[in-house]
Order: sequence, then structure tokens, then C-alpha cells
Amino acid sequence: MTDSKTTNSNTLTESKNMKPTQLTTRQKVELSLSRRRAAETRFRMYGMASVFFGMLCLVVLFTDIASKGTAAFKQTSLKTEIFLDSSYLGLTKDSKVDEVRFANFEGLIKRQFAKNFKPSGRKETRELFKLLANPEVLDTTISIELLMDDDVDQWFKHDRDLSTDETNDRLSTKQLSWLNNWVEEGRLDTHFNTLFFTNGDSREPELAGIHGAIKGTLLTLMVTLLLSFPIGVAAAIYLEEFAPRNRMTEIVEININNLAAVPSIIFGLLGMAIFINVFGVSRSTPLLGGLVLTLMTLPTIIISARAAIKSVPPSIREAAYGLGASKNQVVFHHVLPLAMPGMLTGTILGMAQALGETAPLLMIGMVAFVVDVPGFINDPSTVLPVQIFLWSDSPERAFMERTSGAILVLLSFLVLMNTTAVILRRRLERRW
Amino acid sequence: MDMNFNQHISQQFNADLQDIRNQMLAMGGLVQRQVADSIEAICTGNTSSADKIIQREDDVDAMEINIDRECTHILVRRQPAASDLRMVLAVSRVVRDLERMGDEAAKIAIHALEVANGNQAGSKMCNQSIRHMGNAVIEMISEALDAFARHDIEGAINVVRSDKMVDEQYASAIRELSTYMMEDPRSIGQAINILWILRAIERIGDHARNICEQVIYLVSGADVRHSSLSEMEEQAQIDPQANT
Amino acid sequence: MSTSMQHIENHITTGIPLSQNPKLAARNVDVFYGDKQAIFDVSLDIGANEVIALIGPSGCGKSTFLRTLNRMNDTIDICKIKGEILLDDENIYGADVDTVPLRARVGMVFQKPNPFPKSIYDNVAYGPRIHGLAQSRVELDETVEKSLQRAGLWNEVKDRLHAPGTGLSGGQQQRLCIARTIAVDPEVILMDEPCSALDPIATAKIEELIDELREKYTIAIVTHSMQQAARVSQRTAYFHLGQLIEVNPTKQVFTTPQHELTEAYITGRFG
Repeated sequence: MTDSKTTNSNTLTESKNMKPTQLTTRQKVELSLSRRRAAETRFRMYGMASVFFGMLCLVVLFTDIASKGTAAFKQTSLKTEIFLDSSYLGLTKDSKVDEVRFANFEGLIKRQFAKNFKPSGRKETRELFKLLANPEVLDTTISIELLMDDDVDQWFKHDRDLSTDETNDRLSTKQLSWLNNWVEEGRLDTHFNTLFFTNGDSREPELAGIHGAIKGTLLTLMVTLLLSFPIGVAAAIYLEEFAPRNRMTEIVEININNLAAVPSIIFGLLGMAIFINVFGVSRSTPLLGGLVLTLMTLPTIIISARAAIKSVPPSIREAAYGLGASKNQVVFHHVLPLAMPGMLTGTILGMAQALGETAPLLMIGMVAFVVDVPGFINDPSTVLPVQIFLWSDSPERAFMERTSGAILVLLSFLVLMNTTAVILRRRLERRW
Repeated sequence: MDMNFNQHISQQFNADLQDIRNQMLAMGGLVQRQVADSIEAICTGNTSSADKIIQREDDVDAMEINIDRECTHILVRRQPAASDLRMVLAVSRVVRDLERMGDEAAKIAIHALEVANGNQAGSKMCNQSIRHMGNAVIEMISEALDAFARHDIEGAINVVRSDKMVDEQYASAIRELSTYMMEDPRSIGQAINILWILRAIERIGDHARNICEQVIYLVSGADVRHSSLSEMEEQAQIDPQANT
Repeated sequence: MSTSMQHIENHITTGIPLSQNPKLAARNVDVFYGDKQAIFDVSLDIGANEVIALIGPSGCGKSTFLRTLNRMNDTIDICKIKGEILLDDENIYGADVDTVPLRARVGMVFQKPNPFPKSIYDNVAYGPRIHGLAQSRVELDETVEKSLQRAGLWNEVKDRLHAPGTGLSGGQQQRLCIARTIAVDPEVILMDEPCSALDPIATAKIEELIDELREKYTIAIVTHSMQQAARVSQRTAYFHLGQLIEVNPTKQVFTTPQHELTEAYITGRFG
């Protein structure tokens, strides 16, 4: 007994020097241990390095976009007083709404600022409301905030630390001196840029907003969802449960799987050819965009819905058949509810994908500059990715920061949708 | 694949069954020797032989207990069915009969000792009936064990027939002894001793018959205890696997 | 001794496969999976209110045969059946027989307990609901309670009828499946190795349940435990490579089987 014990407790170095046939199993295992552990540690290091690199790239990306884009959420404006000269405007206390709307407020403001200063127009709305609310305001001096031009806006946000001696490309020395005065007086400052979210697109960057794009995206996605979800789920159920196993079905299946990999711009071409030319759907509308995106998302939804249906355990089906349920009852009472979480997740992911699609929508004409916010699905509109694409083309600095701001909005939508998908999946998952 | 129906899938199970069978046959051999030796001891008056018989009686008892315990273990561990179940039950019962036979042989040996220590002359004990019946019974034990080993129903029925003859011999021996006792009252003591011995031998024959009933049970599944010979013959014709 | 890997030519089932006034009668049934034949010319009667055990080595066709009795094999595309199976003298494979009411008359309990991912109440109520067996909510409640009582589960779950069925233990789930099957008031219950996934205590409870159910239903049970077959059934049928070798009263099969193959299987010489 003691003999075997001493043999087993050979040191590792002794073991290494012994011939392989002399070693016990235990010693052989211990020798190989260090090799195995080293390999596993290396593997772990590779993994962690890759993850680290990926995170680094993400951090760089977000920092870049955020640094450029957060400025878009602020807008410079000037507090000032304007005397509402009723004779100049041609209004009285009893003037009608239309008269008020077309009164020459711009001239009034320009007169106020006799110098070559460029305040923004489009203030009629605000002043209109003021006026409407209180006709007494006529012939009085009211205090309003005037939106500053994008040159001023950019100067204020980025260049203000420069002394007035240095010349700015866009602003003259005189203008700079005014601006500095106003800054000292506290009249010139930034505030949260609600216009970014409430205005449609505009040539003037300070007035440009993504409201139109957001509404267009929502309408397009709504059309896509309403079309692709029922069709996709129904197709998946048919293919999995009811279709006979023959050549035809096989061909259909192969084609659906292939469609998921087709470049999205082809769907744009398809949309052009069929929907615009044959069915006469108007260009650049959410309806058309929705139709094209439906075609694009359908394969994804069908494939994930089929996977969800396949994952329903056959024991549940057998149990239902065994009780005398008909085929329809088995499918709709048991298979569909159990597959629904998977289907919903797949749909949300498909929608998130459609949210960011630009190429097919460009093909169907969403390139146009659309100012008005769309009312419903047949009004011309644009979508957020296209808006971003269009803005990124503009040279103004202000548009650069707005592009990044819009990208931030788009990304947050995507994160929201993916998070919803994850939460939904966790909540609806059942254990069987 | 070659399927051997004589072997269980579990080798251990096979070994267990073989084991109790062999032990039982060994015990049978020992008991057979005990009986033969005891008859010899009576007839020759060999006291040392009689002593040995009485000592070996403990071995016989121990074997009964061991084999029975083994049978219980097999029942618990294997839950045998059909022929295996019948065999385990049969061995358990046969072993009990063998032990009783051993007891009877020991009784005969004790008588032999008493006779040797007593007043009667040993040779007078060796009555012709004792010899005759004794040999018949020894033959029966041998054939019964043989029939068990070979699963031979015919052999078993033959032993039952032999037992019938032994019973008849016993009856006539009693009648003979009765006449002796009536003729010469002094011979009553001796006659009674002879009677005891004959009774023991007759009992041994009955136990051998019991063994054969178990053989029939083992092979055909029919329980023929307490049946007459003719009923047994009838029952034994029914082989459960005749129409394979 | 013949080898056990070959079919027996022109085999006639040993013992007593047929009976008087059977509930279910199979006549010359052949079952094919594609080109492969799984069941060869089986004729067997199952009497009313009896428990019959189907035993045999794995792959011998006992489960396949059981599933033909309520046409569960229809769910497998390549499965073809020849021959007749009569339920109360009507061939269930007739041309215009609807499997839906058939399966309400001949229910099935499976090897692995498979309650629906619904509440206990809804599990048991599903059958009566789809077959329209209860006219009102009160009637449905009664049916559910009666079924759970008959399955021996009522006392354990009466306070949590709306808890999920999948939250019960294995044995309770299987009893729930039995309750679910009983709720549609079947005439025959088919059980395919119902206890093989359960511990010994749960198994014992279900065996006792089978004995009680016998009063009202006819039961056919496939099992690979011979002790279980010996405990619960009155008749036992031994299958071997798709053929029905022997059918006899259970006590006889396990003490003095007639056929050498039955004997060899029961004593553990192959399997």
C-alpha cells in the first residue's frame, strides 16, 4: 500500500523525465493539464480582446455622432422688443384671421433692425398667436424671441471664444460687434431646439426639423406592419401546416429563403415598375414606401414565423389530436399562441430593419424635398433615413450637426424597438 | 445474430440460478449418502459411522438455510418469471424435503447407536424389510435428483410409482411384525424399534415423492401436490410448450 | 431453438386472442411505414372493461399497434394501414369515418406527460369545450371537477385550478393528462408507457388509478415493465417483430407462458 503511494506522489518534474509508459494515468492527466489550461487562457484572451475592440469601435462611433449631434438640439435666439405698429401692419382690433396672417410682420421687424442683419422670418405664427390672443397688443411693444440665422447660431455655439478682432467668414465685423454686445446684455442665448422636432424640412437650417420625416417614417412603418404581419404569418402557417409536400411547395420555400438575401434596392426597382407604373400609386408616399418595404420584410417575417412554428413541441400537437381536435383547432388553439412570441420578435426585428432602409425608398422617389408634414398615407413625405441622406449632402455647417442629431434620433428608435423585442420575448416565453 | 435461449442476458443471473441448482444437487448427494450410511449402520452396528452421520446432520441443516437464503435473494433481485420463478420455488421446497430426509436418517443413526449400546444384538436388527425398503428408497432419492437435473417428468413419475410400492412394503412389514409380536411378547421391544426404523424409511420415500412433485411443477407448471398417481400422470401429459 | 430475428412463417397467435363481444376488434391488421412493414397480420380482441397489456422488446410494434386503435398514425404521412379495426362493430378505417369524434371515444395518454401550457382548469376543460359537451359554465365546472376527482388529482389542485398545468410534478402532470382524457367521456383509454417517465411512487399511484378506471373504461396499456403488466392487466399480449405471438390471461403468461418466445422474453433471455 505504501509503495504505490510513493509512486503516485512523484513530482511533476520527475514525471516529465520518465518515459510515457512509466507514468500512471493520473500523472499523464496532470502533465496535460498545464497545456490545456494555457490553451484555454489564450482562447479567453482572444475573446476578450475581440469584445474589447468591438466596444471600442462602438464608443468611438457614439462619441463622434453625439459630439456632432447634441448641438443640434440647441438653438440660438435673440430676445428683443418689437413695436407692433398697427398702421404699418394695416391691422385693427377687429381684423380677421386671414388679414392678420398676411400682414407684413417681416417688414416691421426689418424696419426695426435697420442694419444689414438677417433675422429669420417665419415668425408670423408666433406673433399671430400673440396677436390673436390679445388684440390689445396692437400698438404696443411686445417682447419676442427671434430665431437667429444659422451663421449666428454656429458662431455662437462654436466660435464665440474668438475675439472680435478676428474676422469670421460669414459675419462682418460690425455684425460681430452687435452680437458680442447682445451676448453681454444677456439677450443672445441658446435654448432647447423644439423646432427640430416640430418643423418639417427647410432650406434654412435653423428652421429645419425632422417632424415631417418622423411622421413619414411612422406612417410608412404602419403600412408595412399592417401589410406584412398578417400576410407573413398566414404564409408561414400555410407553408408549415397545410401545404402538401410536393415540388410546388419546395419551389416556393426556396424562393422565399432566397428573397431574404436580395439587395434592397431591387425592391425599389420592383416598386417603381409595378406599383408606380402599373397600379399608379403616387410617388414618395408612405403608402408606396410601405408597399415596397412590405415586400422586403416579408421573407424575414415568414422565415422567423416558420421557425417559431417549428419550435412548438410535437407533444402538444399530439395531445390536442388525441383529444379529438381537428387540424384547424390544433393550429389556431395551440400552435399559433405558442409560436406567437417568436413571430412577434421576428416581426419587430423586421420592422427595425425596415426603419433604417434608404435605398429602395430613394428609388421610389423619396428624394424630393418635402416641406409639409404628411397628413396620411397618400401625402408626399419623406422618411428619417432619407432625410438624413439629404441633409448630409448640404454644405452648411448647421446641416452637418442636424444630420448627426437626426442620426441620434434614428438610433434611439432602433434601440427602442430592439429593446421592445427583447422584453416581449422574455415576457411571453413559456416553459413547456 | 445468434440467440441462445439457454442464456440470460445477465450472466450474473445465469450464474445465480445455476448456483442454487448445483447447491441443491450437492445437498441431495449428501443426504443420499446419509441415508445409505444410516441403513448400513443399522445393519452392521458400526457406531463410528453412526456418529459421523449425526455430525454431518449439522451440515445438512446449514445447507438448507444457505440455499433458501439464496433463493430469497434471487426473488428480490431478479423478480424471476415463468420457468425461472418455478425453478426457484421448486428448489426452495425440495431443499426442505431434503432436510427432513436428513433428519430421518439421523434418527435411524441414533437408533443404531442405542442398539449398539443396548442389550439387543445388532445383527437381529438387520431385518430383511429394512434392507429391502432401504435400498428402494436410496434408489428413489437418486432417481428423483436425477429427474430434477434432467427436467425428466417420466423419471419423476417412475419414482412416484416406486413410492407406492414402498408404501405397500411398509404395510406388509407392519403386518409381519404384528404377527411376531403376537407370537412372542419378548420380541415386542425389538419389533418396536424395527417399526420406528421402517417408519423413518417410509417417510424418506414420501419426501422423495415430494421432490418429484416439484419436478413436475418445474417442467409443466402443474401443481400436483396432494394428487393421486393417475391424476399426476394425466397432468404431466400437458406440456405448456407442446404446440410450438 | 429458432433464432428470434426472423419472422415466423404463417404464425397463428398462441393462446386466446379473440373474445366474445369485444369492445375493440382488430382483424388482419398490417401497418406499413412507406415500404417497411411494421405490423404483420395481427388479429386481437379487447373486451369491455378489461385492461390488456401489450408487451414485447423494443421495436416490436406494440406502440404502433396501439396508435392504430385511434388512428393517431394518420398524423404520420407515410403510414399505411390494411385490415379492419372495429369499435363496437364499426370499422374505424371506413371510408367516411371522421377521426375527430373517434378520438373523443378512444382517448390516449402519452409516454411523456404533455399538459397544455394553460391553467389546470383549461387543460381539463379543453376537450369538453371543443366537442361542445357542456352547455353552461356550471356544467363545465362540474365536468372538470368530476374528471379531476376520478383521476385522483382533485384534492391536490382544487385550490389552484387556475395555476399553470406545467407547474405540477411529473406524476401530477400525468394524472392531469388522464383527467383531460377522461373529461371527454371516452369509452376506451389507450396508454402508451404512461409511467416510464415517472418515479416509483407516482407510478404506483397511476397503477392504482388504472385499476379504478377499469370500472368505467376499457384500457389498453403498452409497457416495457413486465412487473407492471403483471400488476395492472387481466390479459397480456406479447408482440415480437411485428407479429402477435401470444395472448393469454396475465397470470398464465407470467407463470406458464405457452410460446417459447414469450418465455424467453419474460425470463430475460433477450429483449
